[in-house]
Amino acid sequence: MPQKMITIPDFSLSPRIDKTGIEERADRITKRSIKKETKVNGLKLVLNMIDLTTLEGKDTEGKVKQMCYKAAHLMDTYPELPTVAAVCVYPSMVAIAKKMVEGTGINVASVATAFPSGQSALKVKLADTRYAVSEGADEVDMVISRGKFLEGEYNFVFDEIAQVKEACGNARLKVILETGELITFDKVRRASDIAMYAGADFIKTSTGKIAPAATLPVTLVMLEAIRDFYYKTGKMIGMKPAGGISKSKLALHYLVMVNEILGEEWMNNHWFRFGASSLANDVLMQLMKEKTGVYQGKDYFAID
Amino acid sequence: MENVLVKKDKQLSSGNGVEKPLQKRLEVLKTYKLYIGGKFPRTESGRYYLAENKKGEKLANMCLGSRKDFREAVVAARNAFGDWGSRSAFNRGQILYRIAEMLEGRKAQFIDEIIKQDNTLEEAKLEVDVAIDRLIYYAGWCDKFQQIYSAVNPVASSHFNFSSPEPTGVVSLIAPQNSSLIGMVSVIAPIIAGGNTCIVLPSFSKPLCAVTFAEVLNSSDLPGGVVNIITGKVKELLPYFSDHMDVNAIAYCEKNEEDKKLIQDKASLNMKRTQFYNTKNWLSDQGQSPYFIMDFQEIKTTWHPIENIGGTKGGY
Amino acid sequence: MAKRNNTLKLKFDNARKLAPAPESRSSATIDARYNLFIDGKFTPPASKKYFATTNPATDEKLSEVADANAADVDKAVKAARNAYNKYWKKMPGKERGKYIYRIARMVQERARELAVVETLDGGKPIRESRDFDVPTAANHFFYYAGWADKLPYAFPDRKPTPLGVAAQIIPWNFPLLMASWKIAPALATGNTVVLKPAETTPLTALLLAKIIQEADLPPGVVNIITGAGATGAAMVNHPDVNKIAFTGSTDVGKIIQRAIAGTGKKATLELGGKAANIIFDDAPIDQAVEGVVNGIFFNQGHVCCAGSRLYVQESVMKEVMRKLKDRLETLIVGDPMDKNTDIGAINSKQQYDQINKYIKIGLNEGAEMFQSSCSLPKKGLFIPPTVFTNVAQSSRITQEEIFGPVLTVQTFRTDDEVIEKANNSPYGLSSGVWTDKGSKIFNLTTKLRSGVVWANTFNKFDPTSPFGGYKESGYGREGGLHGLAPYVSLEKFEE
Repeated sequence: MPQKMITIPDFSLSPRIDKTGIEERADRITKRSIKKETKVNGLKLVLNMIDLTTLEGKDTEGKVKQMCYKAAHLMDTYPELPTVAAVCVYPSMVAIAKKMVEGTGINVASVATAFPSGQSALKVKLADTRYAVSEGADEVDMVISRGKFLEGEYNFVFDEIAQVKEACGNARLKVILETGELITFDKVRRASDIAMYAGADFIKTSTGKIAPAATLPVTLVMLEAIRDFYYKTGKMIGMKPAGGISKSKLALHYLVMVNEILGEEWMNNHWFRFGASSLANDVLMQLMKEKTGVYQGKDYFAID
Repeated sequence: MENVLVKKDKQLSSGNGVEKPLQKRLEVLKTYKLYIGGKFPRTESGRYYLAENKKGEKLANMCLGSRKDFREAVVAARNAFGDWGSRSAFNRGQILYRIAEMLEGRKAQFIDEIIKQDNTLEEAKLEVDVAIDRLIYYAGWCDKFQQIYSAVNPVASSHFNFSSPEPTGVVSLIAPQNSSLIGMVSVIAPIIAGGNTCIVLPSFSKPLCAVTFAEVLNSSDLPGGVVNIITGKVKELLPYFSDHMDVNAIAYCEKNEEDKKLIQDKASLNMKRTQFYNTKNWLSDQGQSPYFIMDFQEIKTTWHPIENIGGTKGGY
Repeated sequence: MAKRNNTLKLKFDNARKLAPAPESRSSATIDARYNLFIDGKFTPPASKKYFATTNPATDEKLSEVADANAADVDKAVKAARNAYNKYWKKMPGKERGKYIYRIARMVQERARELAVVETLDGGKPIRESRDFDVPTAANHFFYYAGWADKLPYAFPDRKPTPLGVAAQIIPWNFPLLMASWKIAPALATGNTVVLKPAETTPLTALLLAKIIQEADLPPGVVNIITGAGATGAAMVNHPDVNKIAFTGSTDVGKIIQRAIAGTGKKATLELGGKAANIIFDDAPIDQAVEGVVNGIFFNQGHVCCAGSRLYVQESVMKEVMRKLKDRLETLIVGDPMDKNTDIGAINSKQQYDQINKYIKIGLNEGAEMFQSSCSLPKKGLFIPPTVFTNVAQSSRITQEEIFGPVLTVQTFRTDDEVIEKANNSPYGLSSGVWTDKGSKIFNLTTKLRSGVVWANTFNKFDPTSPFGGYKESGYGREGGLHGLAPYVSLEKFEE
């Protein structure tokens, strides 16, 4: 079957976004009341969508190993819990993580391309990417060059993404827009369009190093970009909000949003991820509360 | 013909100081017609009535306007509304001022007509002076009342919200019947200052100034159709002034309770706004205020979102 | 491998399948029977008659309320007149204001109860009565409370004085909110009130009567009586009423205008509408579609300012329709008491029949109908969100007010064309325009003949923002500074 030709649009003409309208729609999403079996199923799905993340200068083999164990053993006393979707680490930790999650079905994601600032030469970024993939990364989380983007050098940003995508080989590429540095929703939308047309498999809000990180409104802007891209090209793109999502209730709002903007085909960890480090325990507490009927305390949930 | 119309009072109309020739000259009489869409047609009905003063002197043959004349006038007023209502307030002010200038220039003729219609010279002078000043008064309001009666509304959501007056549209006006000039001018001025257009039924018994005023309007840059003047009988025309579906508001300046009931009853057909003015003394300052303008305005409220960008805090 | 995009379809069936999240009824106690609130007391009606009020979502009877006849109306007007002369006219504005503040606070305190009763009695989703109706009603009292001692500032060069007794008749679409829109400015300006809620939704007004009683408002300042059209007519025709404030249909508004012709009674009429909502090709389309949804499906479309006529620029028609249909698929229609319900029950059988009549007319006119594939509850009065395309300006469904969740969509090519079509209606209550271009917005907002224009938003309300119509949508404003004028007489200082 012949591939549909995708025409690259003029990104300066990306749709304009009305911020107040986006915020109102996002706010309405939060009015959905998720109860009972919908809540339990939702919480389990949230766990299964998590990219359990550690991205610190002080990361060590020990820290990464403990986190990877947790990824596969969220709470062994709770029957039939899923694992997280992936662990997300720096390239230097990919080999260690890969070994730890072997046979669990958990992917290893690695940040690359001079994460988090992206302020380096393209050849360094490509080398960074190839290194992560050669170490065994299943997924690569790259950052876009925000400076170039804000200068209006859209072709530069586009080409960079396209070349990193090529360097990824079979690894899936998540493109981090770092929305906290783009500021306006018009720019978030434009950056989303550039990333998707350049070959992103996922678009992702944030590095987690800049505030604000993921928010419901910015995620809504990106989900609508994914929907428009899907209707234009027939190609599904994944979404990953990252940073600042640490509570179950908020995570459920995200699921409602995906469900109402993109529908059920996106309601799995192939197409939606949470980049988070502490969300998993809050979800576990909520699941335990649903199971026992008793409000939970932090001491009963392992930190890794 | 019986009703030969003779100008009896020459004291003003020929007061130019030039020595009069001795031979008697036959005077040219004025024909009083309607004023519709910037033109001076006779009534389509062909009907006339004789205007007389209290002394029984015959003043003029006046058109006895019909419902069809009114219909034509509404069409003219509606056509004129788009342009007049959207002109700049400054421009409307200029034109009202121009009307006052033209009236000043023809002062003598109005005084002459008012005296003929049973007033004294002093009364006539006062009436014309006040009419001129009233036009100046409203000329000044044209670009100010919006500022007084507008509001920026501090809504609780992230929106910019403001309310401002806009003209109601086409207004039919039963002018005060007890004066020839000042009553009519006092009501026309606020209506057109606010951007509306109108159809005026002037005083039946004192109709002369209305038609002369139309000539003033016609020579003062006021677009045709903004003011239309139909002389005729209140009783006959009131129902049509009240029930026409393309008229947005009606003003009535008399005290007849039956008329008021009829107006409001018929006005309900298309939710016409009705304004009743009981003021008899249009010569006083009570006869002018920006509230007369607001009587023919609609308040429009506009909303638009405000993009509050996170991180950009006001202040230093 | 990419699929062909003309067959692409997102799936939203699961988005509507959420576990029930019912609001608790326990916060509300509904009496078995309600009497008339006259002169500070709940009094049995002279008529001795009562009628039932039911929950339109379940057909269950909630309570019965008194049917006020002319004698009851007379009693209420006398009480209001007496209270006007005895207390309210003489009371300093700042004291009046404190009473109104007190009412505002008590409405806030009892917000949950009021929201639950509003939803049970009227069928609107609890999300709306909880997040919109009740808080906005409280805010309205707050806003006007503050005006009570500041009135001269609102009328330069004039001394505002109250009119006297105001007879206020309100509709069933926003029962408590409309009561606050009517009562708050009337009290702030020093008038006393006889208010009648609609016969299908009397309960929150009666709860408000209890609040007013608890707030210790002098007896007779606010009287709340229940009944149907005959009661309203007796109020309008009562000779000792100075002011009529009515919100409802244009037909009834005209009857009222005729009834008070020549009586010198003043009137504020908030009547029907058929608002144009206009989407240009440079609009933020996703937000515009959301605005369309809020514009017509808010409160089951029982909104006089509902954006019921959608005009879409031809170049974006396909995109708008696809997005609109997708969004409709995610709307949850059902139990109004469920916190997730987007569209609740149609308010009454009469209205239900009316809407279905228009849907039939639309189909007979050859219009193309789209309805959400959602399932409807087996019991109660429900209509799925409905969109008609392939309609013309001359179709009845684009001309007449349907007052339900029914949208018509027409296309246009140029700015001039759409302005002309938008204004081509006897109504002029509200309109909407969606475009990214500021100068175009101002062109449209200036030329659209309606009392409210929403640009890049729709169906927004605020106590500070005047609301009211042009043309056959009525006259007078409610809300904001301009909402004071209909309740005062303006004499000059020096007279």
